[in-house]
Amino acid sequence: MTNFQPVEAAVTLSVIWIGLGAIGLACMRAPKLITGVVFPAGALVSLALAATGLWAIGASPSSAILPAGLPDLPFHVRVDALSGFFLLLLGGVSFGISLFACGYFRDTRATTLAPLSLQYHVFLASMALVLIADDAYLFMVTWESMALSSYFLVTTEHHDERNRRAGFIYLLIAHLGAISILLCFGVLHGGHGDYTFAALRAADLHGFWATVAFLLAFFGFGAKAGMLPLHVWLPEAHPAAPSPVSALMSGVMIKTAIYGMVRVIFDLIGNIRWEWGLTVLLFGAATSLFGVLFALMQHDLKRLLAYHSVENIGIILIGIGLAMVFIGSGHPVAGALGLIAGLYHTLNHAVFKGLLFLGAGAILKSTGLRNLNEMGGLIRYLPHTALYFLIGALAISALPPLNGFVSEWLTFQASLQAPQLASSVVRSLVPIVAAVLALSGALTGMCFVKVYGIAFLGQRRHEYSVQPDEASGWERAGMLWLAIACFALGLAPVFVIGELNTVCLALTGAGLSDEAMASGWLWLAPTSGAQASYSPVVFLLVIAAVFGLTFVLVRHFYHGRLRRADPWDCGFPAQTSRMQDSADAFGQPIRQIFAPAFLIKREIPRADDLQPVFTQSVEDRHWYSMYLPIARFTEFLSGHFGRLQQGRISVYLLFSFMTLIALLVFAQ
Amino acid sequence: MNVAGGIVFQVLQSVLVLLLAPLMLGWVNQCRAWLQNRSGAGIWQPYRVLHKLFHKDAVLAHNASPLFRATPYILFGCMWLAVGIVPVLATSLPFAPAADVIALVGLFALARVFVSLAGMDVGTSFGTLGARREMMIGFLAEPAMLMTLFTASLISHSTSLATIVETLGQREFVIYPSMAFAAIAFLMVLLAENARIPIDNPSTHLELTMIHEAMVLEYSARHLALIEWAASLKLTAYITIGIAIFVPWGIAQAGDWAALPVALAALLLKLLAAGAGLALLETLSAKMRIFRAPEFLGTAFLLATLGMLTHFLLER
Repeated sequence: MTNFQPVEAAVTLSVIWIGLGAIGLACMRAPKLITGVVFPAGALVSLALAATGLWAIGASPSSAILPAGLPDLPFHVRVDALSGFFLLLLGGVSFGISLFACGYFRDTRATTLAPLSLQYHVFLASMALVLIADDAYLFMVTWESMALSSYFLVTTEHHDERNRRAGFIYLLIAHLGAISILLCFGVLHGGHGDYTFAALRAADLHGFWATVAFLLAFFGFGAKAGMLPLHVWLPEAHPAAPSPVSALMSGVMIKTAIYGMVRVIFDLIGNIRWEWGLTVLLFGAATSLFGVLFALMQHDLKRLLAYHSVENIGIILIGIGLAMVFIGSGHPVAGALGLIAGLYHTLNHAVFKGLLFLGAGAILKSTGLRNLNEMGGLIRYLPHTALYFLIGALAISALPPLNGFVSEWLTFQASLQAPQLASSVVRSLVPIVAAVLALSGALTGMCFVKVYGIAFLGQRRHEYSVQPDEASGWERAGMLWLAIACFALGLAPVFVIGELNTVCLALTGAGLSDEAMASGWLWLAPTSGAQASYSPVVFLLVIAAVFGLTFVLVRHFYHGRLRRADPWDCGFPAQTSRMQDSADAFGQPIRQIFAPAFLIKREIPRADDLQPVFTQSVEDRHWYSMYLPIARFTEFLSGHFGRLQQGRISVYLLFSFMTLIALLVFAQ
Repeated sequence: MNVAGGIVFQVLQSVLVLLLAPLMLGWVNQCRAWLQNRSGAGIWQPYRVLHKLFHKDAVLAHNASPLFRATPYILFGCMWLAVGIVPVLATSLPFAPAADVIALVGLFALARVFVSLAGMDVGTSFGTLGARREMMIGFLAEPAMLMTLFTASLISHSTSLATIVETLGQREFVIYPSMAFAAIAFLMVLLAENARIPIDNPSTHLELTMIHEAMVLEYSARHLALIEWAASLKLTAYITIGIAIFVPWGIAQAGDWAALPVALAALLLKLLAAGAGLALLETLSAKMRIFRAPEFLGTAFLLATLGMLTHFLLER
């Protein structure tokens, strides 16, 4: 077919996903077929979608009108470079996750598995459709179906009351966000024209209403992304879901919120003001610091990873906020750098967070444990998982030469463009945000030393009830794919930036300078080689070469003799595994230094207690200072409104009569 | 710049620093001994220690994982790469564009994470204690370090160390107030990152006060030798970064043979002075409690931030 366009490919692939889900539901009697055929086929669709996305970045925008939808209100779809980039992200990451799912769900009961396979593939398809929707109507429909299908996935194990509660909070905040997005489209629509994105783009908003639209979009999408203070659903919902679903939600779903934010703010609203950028920047900085501080307090591995998603959303928002500040004050080239940094981090976070959640899933499946305090020494039982998890941990800690470092480096470079800005307050605020980013990056390093050191290294803290088994081939393949992606995105940043530059050019009309793009594949130089450059390949090669050389030379000049013995530990005789730090102990310096950030409840036993018990819990202040008061107020209001509900038809008729009178009086 | 000359200078610098790094440590220890009225072990002592350690049989805990064995080599590789990138002898080295100052900080972080993981690998109480404290010092020091480097990079509009050195070295001698703040902050970070007094004591083996030593307690023989060598490389790398940013005068261009003797002499003089200064500082101060460390490094961070604000206010 000569006229086959990326948009058609994307729609076709989404429909195939829904079809696969339906087939999965029909295979209730043959669970082997679901894990052996449906999920692998879904993975292949992911791969095809990733290829489509890559193709769409380079191609010109293609659009189509779907025959579905209401009469006179057809669905518009369109794939441009931005959609293409996010389709690539969705396809690439979900490929690894679906491969993992093939192995992970093998032992799941058929009655759970069949509906799960339907929801899983509908979830994937609705994410793809969100990315290609070109009118507010289709966008909201697919946005809601994404929220609903993931709600059912979160409550897969619905007999546990905590999971139902997590699902409820998730659904509540998802809907608050959705209402805000809907209102934003309403503001953009402004009472004229239709709801296609082309019409919304053409409606040139200025002044007050543009700011209202921005705020609605920012908080609406921020709720879905897990931005402070709307993050509370994330650490509840992500751990409750089965691990591949957590990976999908944390890796991909919250990125659709970033997509929505970029689409609405940069594309539909346009005319960006730097004050908006500053708002995004400050929220981003607060979110990233808060996320990592709370992550350090966790001992539930999946909860910890969920808090890291909050942190990384903060980092992405810092990049986007920088872009908005620069574009809003008339520096589109510096703005392009910020946007590229933000989008790059979006992709990176999808990859390494997917990988880490899959690793957590592999641990959960083989040991049944989520609590770090009960793990230890897993590197000896799960060597492959340990290696992949290490790669993910180094990547998320922003260590060179892996991918997390590249995007943080770009964010730093973007923030160092601050001297261009005219306002001296913003000029000195931007590097301070960069320092917050540095702090949260270093704290992430600490957090993953904690996770890795406690879960995989050291001695086991408990007898494992069963000997932990290494992950199966499918599961390892899924993790391997994402681990390779961590390396590829880290070692070949110049190619990624080339693609992102295309996206940025299409979106904002400005890209990086020609000098930056001409620096060659080995050297990454965002502005010019004299200003800053970085070469991950040289990093890796030199460290590997010195490693090998030292290894050989030491053996050549001296020897390689080795003897095994008991640990020394300063000669302390009675070592037990309980003397290692627990996850909570490892976070103790943070608890002490950043005490005001937490709500710490502590019970210390008295000197004469016969059975002394020390308990301590660290909670989120937002619950007590924000959510619970709002909940109480809502209950109070609904209690009063309940009085209207008399249950007698005469009273209701009276209400209708009074309303009519009021309307007649005021509608004159 | 000719390529061959650049490569020769690169190799020369890397090998020279690699061989001289233990000497730097020996010089600091010797100065400290003199200041404390001891006779000291002589400046060649670190080489003797390394030689001795390389000769010994490595003893490994039963449950040590491959990560534990790989870490010394990775650490050594990181530190050697670092001294290859910093303009010690000459600017515009072929390796220099591989990393700017931010990537250099990332490189040190990579090394720190691996050592901390190795500290937790055997699963002893001191190992995890050391790892926890090291990561704490690390996350406190890293933002301060970056702010210092940002301040320096604002003047030259570049985060590449070579460009910073060239800009500052070729200008007329002007005292930048921002650089004065940054220099003090950098010194504080240097002390913390290299496990020196007042944050850590490199010569202590008192269990409860150790940080760095506690992490590497389980290492022996060649592994320990590589770690100690890497530690001296790290100290040298930090001191040369400080020299490059704050007193860059006398450095050569890569391939410029005529400038080499001057550069070499200037480098040696600066290193000797820095070592003596470090020894003096360590003699005059006492190790502080671990929970004073946040205050110490918080001060460093504030000074660096002040430096940056000063630049924005006074030097534009």
